[in-house]
Amino acid sequence: MSVNPELVGRSFPPTAPYLVGREKVREFARAVFATDPQHLDPDAARGLGYADVVAPPTFAMVIQDLTLQQLLAEEDSGIALERTVHAEQRFRYTRPIVAGDELVAQLQITNVRPFGKGAMVTSEAEIQDASGEHVVTATSVLLIGGDVA
Amino acid sequence: MTGPVLASLVVGDVVAERSVQLTRESLVRYAGASGDFNPIHYRDDVAAAVGLPGVLAHGMLTMGLAVETIVPWLGDAGRILDYGVRFTRPVVVDAEDGADLQITAKVGALDEGIARIDLTVTFGETTVLGKAQVRVRLDG
Repeated sequence: MSVNPELVGRSFPPTAPYLVGREKVREFARAVFATDPQHLDPDAARGLGYADVVAPPTFAMVIQDLTLQQLLAEEDSGIALERTVHAEQRFRYTRPIVAGDELVAQLQITNVRPFGKGAMVTSEAEIQDASGEHVVTATSVLLIGGDVA
Repeated sequence: MTGPVLASLVVGDVVAERSVQLTRESLVRYAGASGDFNPIHYRDDVAAAVGLPGVLAHGMLTMGLAVETIVPWLGDAGRILDYGVRFTRPVVVDAEDGADLQITAKVGALDEGIARIDLTVTFGETTVLGKAQVRVRLDG
Protein backbone atom coordinates (compact mmCIF):
# COMPACT_ATOMS: atom_id res chain seq x y z
CA MET A 1 0.00 0.00 0.00
CA SER A 2 1.32 3.45 -0.85
CA VAL A 3 0.78 6.62 1.14
CA ASN A 4 -2.78 7.88 0.89
CA PRO A 5 -2.72 11.37 -0.74
CA GLU A 6 -6.08 12.14 0.87
CA LEU A 7 -4.30 12.44 4.22
CA VAL A 8 -3.60 16.09 3.37
CA GLY A 9 -5.71 18.39 5.47
CA ARG A 10 -6.78 15.61 7.80
CA SER A 11 -6.99 16.68 11.44
CA PHE A 12 -6.78 14.34 14.38
CA PRO A 13 -8.45 14.62 17.78
CA PRO A 14 -6.38 16.28 20.53
CA THR A 15 -4.18 13.88 22.50
CA ALA A 16 -4.90 13.10 26.15
CA PRO A 17 -3.28 15.71 28.44
CA TYR A 18 0.41 15.01 29.18
CA LEU A 19 1.60 16.23 32.59
CA VAL A 20 5.27 17.23 32.41
CA GLY A 21 7.07 15.92 35.49
CA ARG A 22 10.19 17.45 37.02
CA GLU A 23 12.05 14.15 37.08
CA LYS A 24 11.05 13.44 33.46
CA VAL A 25 12.57 16.77 32.44
CA ARG A 26 15.75 15.92 34.33
CA GLU A 27 15.87 12.45 32.78
CA PHE A 28 15.43 13.89 29.28
CA ALA A 29 18.02 16.61 29.97
CA ARG A 30 20.62 14.01 30.95
CA ALA A 31 19.79 11.99 27.83
CA VAL A 32 20.57 14.94 25.50
CA PHE A 33 23.70 15.96 27.44
CA ALA A 34 21.99 19.10 28.72
CA THR A 35 24.02 20.39 31.62
CA ASP A 36 22.64 23.89 32.11
CA PRO A 37 21.15 24.30 35.62
CA GLN A 38 17.80 25.64 34.28
CA HIS A 39 17.02 22.07 33.14
CA LEU A 40 17.94 20.42 36.45
CA ASP A 41 17.65 22.83 39.35
CA PRO A 42 14.24 24.39 40.16
CA ASP A 43 15.90 27.35 41.88
CA ALA A 44 17.97 28.14 38.78
CA ALA A 45 14.79 27.96 36.66
CA ARG A 46 12.90 30.21 39.10
CA GLY A 47 15.78 32.68 38.86
CA LEU A 48 14.91 32.99 35.15
CA GLY A 49 11.24 33.50 35.94
CA TYR A 50 9.94 29.96 35.35
CA ALA A 51 7.77 27.99 37.77
CA ASP A 52 9.97 24.88 37.64
CA VAL A 53 12.73 23.22 35.60
CA VAL A 54 12.80 24.13 31.90
CA ALA A 55 12.65 21.25 29.42
CA PRO A 56 15.33 21.09 26.71
CA PRO A 57 14.02 22.43 23.36
CA THR A 58 13.57 19.01 21.75
CA PHE A 59 11.50 17.65 24.66
CA ALA A 60 8.48 18.71 22.59
CA MET A 61 9.12 15.54 20.56
CA VAL A 62 7.85 13.45 23.50
CA ILE A 63 4.46 15.15 23.14
CA GLN A 64 4.56 15.18 19.34
CA ASP A 65 5.25 11.44 19.37
CA LEU A 66 1.77 10.86 20.79
CA THR A 67 0.37 12.41 17.62
CA LEU A 68 2.61 10.36 15.34
CA GLN A 69 1.22 7.25 17.04
CA GLN A 70 -2.24 8.44 15.97
CA LEU A 71 -1.00 8.77 12.39
CA LEU A 72 0.55 5.30 12.37
CA ALA A 73 -2.68 3.85 13.77
CA GLU A 74 -4.74 5.35 10.93
CA GLU A 75 -5.82 2.33 8.90
CA ASP A 76 -5.95 4.01 5.50
CA SER A 77 -2.70 6.01 5.84
CA GLY A 78 -0.46 3.60 3.93
CA ILE A 79 2.34 4.50 6.33
CA ALA A 80 4.35 1.64 7.82
CA LEU A 81 6.86 2.39 10.56
CA GLU A 82 9.51 0.05 9.15
CA ARG A 83 9.55 2.00 5.86
CA THR A 84 9.61 5.42 7.57
CA VAL A 85 12.66 7.67 7.80
CA HIS A 86 12.69 10.94 9.73
CA ALA A 87 13.90 13.45 7.13
CA GLU A 88 13.35 16.84 8.77
CA GLN A 89 12.21 18.26 12.08
CA ARG A 90 11.33 21.77 13.18
CA PHE A 91 9.99 23.39 16.35
CA ARG A 92 8.45 26.85 16.57
CA TYR A 93 8.16 28.08 20.15
CA THR A 94 5.98 30.59 21.92
CA ARG A 95 7.61 29.60 25.20
CA PRO A 96 9.65 26.67 26.54
CA ILE A 97 7.97 23.64 28.14
CA VAL A 98 8.26 23.75 31.94
CA ALA A 99 7.67 21.02 34.55
CA GLY A 100 4.06 21.21 35.72
CA ASP A 101 2.70 21.99 32.25
CA GLU A 102 -0.28 19.95 31.14
CA LEU A 103 0.02 19.71 27.38
CA VAL A 104 -2.31 18.65 24.60
CA ALA A 105 -1.25 18.17 20.99
CA GLN A 106 -3.31 18.30 17.84
CA LEU A 107 -2.00 16.82 14.61
CA GLN A 108 -2.68 17.92 11.10
CA ILE A 109 -1.22 16.53 7.88
CA THR A 110 -0.17 19.51 5.80
CA ASN A 111 1.51 17.94 2.80
CA VAL A 112 1.94 14.62 1.00
CA ARG A 113 4.09 14.62 -2.10
CA PRO A 114 5.47 11.79 -4.20
CA PHE A 115 9.16 11.07 -3.67
CA GLY A 116 10.71 8.29 -5.73
CA LYS A 117 8.54 5.23 -5.19
CA GLY A 118 7.32 6.59 -1.88
CA ALA A 119 6.17 9.89 -0.43
CA MET A 120 7.21 12.76 1.80
CA VAL A 121 4.60 13.41 4.49
CA THR A 122 4.63 16.68 6.43
CA SER A 123 2.77 16.75 9.74
CA GLU A 124 2.27 19.58 12.18
CA ALA A 125 1.50 19.05 15.85
CA GLU A 126 0.27 22.13 17.67
CA ILE A 127 0.98 21.85 21.38
CA GLN A 128 -1.05 23.91 23.85
CA ASP A 129 -1.09 24.24 27.61
CA ALA A 130 -4.07 23.71 29.96
CA SER A 131 -5.28 27.27 29.40
CA GLY A 132 -5.33 26.76 25.63
CA GLU A 133 -2.28 28.94 25.00
CA HIS A 134 0.14 27.95 22.25
CA VAL A 135 3.44 26.53 23.54
CA VAL A 136 5.17 25.00 20.52
CA THR A 137 4.40 23.70 17.05
CA ALA A 138 6.36 20.62 16.03
CA THR A 139 6.69 19.87 12.31
CA SER A 140 8.02 16.57 11.00
CA VAL A 141 8.81 15.52 7.48
CA LEU A 142 8.70 11.76 7.15
CA LEU A 143 10.01 9.93 4.12
CA ILE A 144 7.90 6.85 3.51
CA GLY A 145 9.59 4.29 1.28
CA GLY A 146 7.70 2.57 -1.53
CA ASP A 147 6.57 -1.03 -1.40
CA VAL A 148 9.41 -3.51 -1.34
CA ALA A 149 9.23 -5.66 -4.46
CA MET B 1 18.36 39.11 33.19
CA THR B 2 21.70 38.89 31.49
CA GLY B 3 22.40 37.17 28.23
CA PRO B 4 24.31 37.61 25.02
CA VAL B 5 24.02 41.04 23.44
CA LEU B 6 23.18 41.26 19.77
CA ALA B 7 25.28 44.34 19.13
CA SER B 8 28.44 42.52 20.21
CA LEU B 9 27.99 39.72 17.65
CA VAL B 10 29.37 39.48 14.13
CA VAL B 11 28.32 36.98 11.47
CA GLY B 12 30.79 34.10 11.58
CA ASP B 13 31.48 34.31 15.32
CA VAL B 14 31.69 30.95 17.06
CA VAL B 15 29.46 31.35 20.13
CA ALA B 16 29.76 27.82 21.53
CA GLU B 17 31.29 24.46 20.76
CA ARG B 18 31.69 21.12 22.43
CA SER B 19 32.34 17.46 21.76
CA VAL B 20 30.06 14.65 22.90
CA GLN B 21 30.89 10.97 22.97
CA LEU B 22 27.88 8.77 22.29
CA THR B 23 27.96 5.19 23.50
CA ARG B 24 25.40 2.41 23.30
CA GLU B 25 24.42 3.40 26.83
CA SER B 26 23.63 6.92 25.53
CA LEU B 27 21.24 5.42 22.99
CA VAL B 28 19.46 3.25 25.55
CA ARG B 29 19.21 6.24 27.87
CA TYR B 30 17.71 8.39 25.10
CA ALA B 31 15.32 5.59 24.12
CA GLY B 32 13.99 5.49 27.67
CA ALA B 33 13.84 9.25 28.11
CA SER B 34 12.13 9.90 24.76
CA GLY B 35 9.99 6.78 24.40
CA ASP B 36 11.53 5.97 21.01
CA PHE B 37 12.27 2.25 21.31
CA ASN B 38 12.94 1.55 17.63
CA PRO B 39 15.38 -1.42 17.91
CA ILE B 40 17.68 -0.08 15.16
CA HIS B 41 19.02 2.15 17.94
CA TYR B 42 20.20 -0.69 20.20
CA ARG B 43 20.14 -4.06 18.38
CA ASP B 44 22.87 -4.95 15.90
CA ASP B 45 20.86 -7.84 14.46
CA VAL B 46 17.84 -5.65 13.67
CA ALA B 47 20.03 -2.88 12.21
CA ALA B 48 21.76 -5.42 9.96
CA ALA B 49 18.46 -7.03 8.93
CA VAL B 50 17.15 -3.72 7.58
CA GLY B 51 20.38 -3.01 5.73
CA LEU B 52 21.93 -0.39 8.01
CA PRO B 53 25.70 -0.12 8.44
CA GLY B 54 25.26 -0.56 12.21
CA VAL B 55 23.29 0.61 15.23
CA LEU B 56 22.39 4.27 14.67
CA ALA B 57 21.94 7.17 17.08
CA HIS B 58 18.40 8.56 17.12
CA GLY B 59 18.28 11.61 14.84
CA MET B 60 16.39 13.38 17.61
CA LEU B 61 19.24 12.66 20.03
CA THR B 62 21.70 14.36 17.69
CA MET B 63 19.27 17.25 17.18
CA GLY B 64 18.74 17.56 20.94
CA LEU B 65 22.36 17.50 22.01
CA ALA B 66 23.32 19.91 19.22
CA VAL B 67 21.01 22.71 20.41
CA GLU B 68 22.00 22.18 24.04
CA THR B 69 25.46 23.35 23.07
CA ILE B 70 24.16 26.92 22.92
CA VAL B 71 21.80 26.94 25.94
CA PRO B 72 24.51 27.89 28.51
CA TRP B 73 25.58 30.73 26.20
CA LEU B 74 21.96 31.90 25.76
CA GLY B 75 21.35 31.72 29.50
CA ASP B 76 17.64 31.03 28.93
CA ALA B 77 16.17 28.39 26.60
CA GLY B 78 13.16 30.70 26.30
CA ARG B 79 15.16 32.86 23.90
CA ILE B 80 14.83 30.15 21.26
CA LEU B 81 12.14 31.05 18.71
CA ASP B 82 12.55 28.16 16.37
CA TYR B 83 14.89 25.31 15.60
CA GLY B 84 14.96 23.07 12.56
CA VAL B 85 17.24 20.43 11.05
CA ARG B 86 17.46 17.98 8.19
CA PHE B 87 18.74 14.52 9.00
CA THR B 88 21.27 13.98 6.25
CA ARG B 89 23.72 11.29 7.41
CA PRO B 90 23.45 8.52 10.01
CA VAL B 91 25.63 8.36 13.13
CA VAL B 92 26.78 4.75 13.55
CA VAL B 93 27.55 4.04 17.21
CA ASP B 94 30.13 1.30 17.58
CA ALA B 95 29.54 -1.12 20.47
CA GLU B 96 33.06 -0.60 21.83
CA ASP B 97 34.26 2.75 20.56
CA GLY B 98 30.97 4.66 20.49
CA ALA B 99 30.81 7.73 18.25
CA ASP B 100 32.46 11.12 18.80
CA LEU B 101 30.48 14.14 17.69
CA GLN B 102 31.82 17.66 17.39
CA ILE B 103 29.35 20.54 17.58
CA THR B 104 30.10 24.12 16.52
CA ALA B 105 27.62 26.99 16.82
CA LYS B 106 28.24 30.05 14.64
CA VAL B 107 26.36 33.26 14.03
CA GLY B 108 24.75 32.81 10.60
CA ALA B 109 22.73 36.03 10.36
CA LEU B 110 21.69 39.03 12.48
CA ASP B 111 18.44 40.94 12.17
CA GLU B 112 16.33 43.23 14.42
CA GLY B 113 16.88 41.59 17.80
CA ILE B 114 17.12 38.10 16.34
CA ALA B 115 20.22 36.05 15.61
CA ARG B 116 20.34 32.95 13.47
CA ILE B 117 22.77 30.46 14.94
CA ASP B 118 23.99 27.76 12.56
CA LEU B 119 24.92 24.44 14.15
CA THR B 120 27.43 22.12 12.55
CA VAL B 121 27.59 18.58 13.86
CA THR B 122 30.40 16.45 12.51
CA PHE B 123 31.04 12.74 12.98
CA GLY B 124 34.53 11.93 11.76
CA GLU B 125 34.80 13.79 8.45
CA THR B 126 31.06 13.97 7.75
CA THR B 127 28.40 16.52 8.66
CA VAL B 128 25.32 14.68 9.96
CA LEU B 129 22.71 17.46 10.12
CA GLY B 130 21.77 19.78 7.27
CA LYS B 131 20.47 23.33 7.70
CA ALA B 132 20.60 23.04 11.48
CA GLN B 133 19.49 26.57 12.36
CA VAL B 134 18.27 28.11 15.59
CA ARG B 135 16.66 31.53 15.65
CA VAL B 136 17.14 33.25 19.01
CA ARG B 137 15.90 36.48 20.52
CA LEU B 138 18.69 38.62 21.96
CA ASP B 139 18.92 41.87 23.86
CA GLY B 140 19.96 45.07 22.05
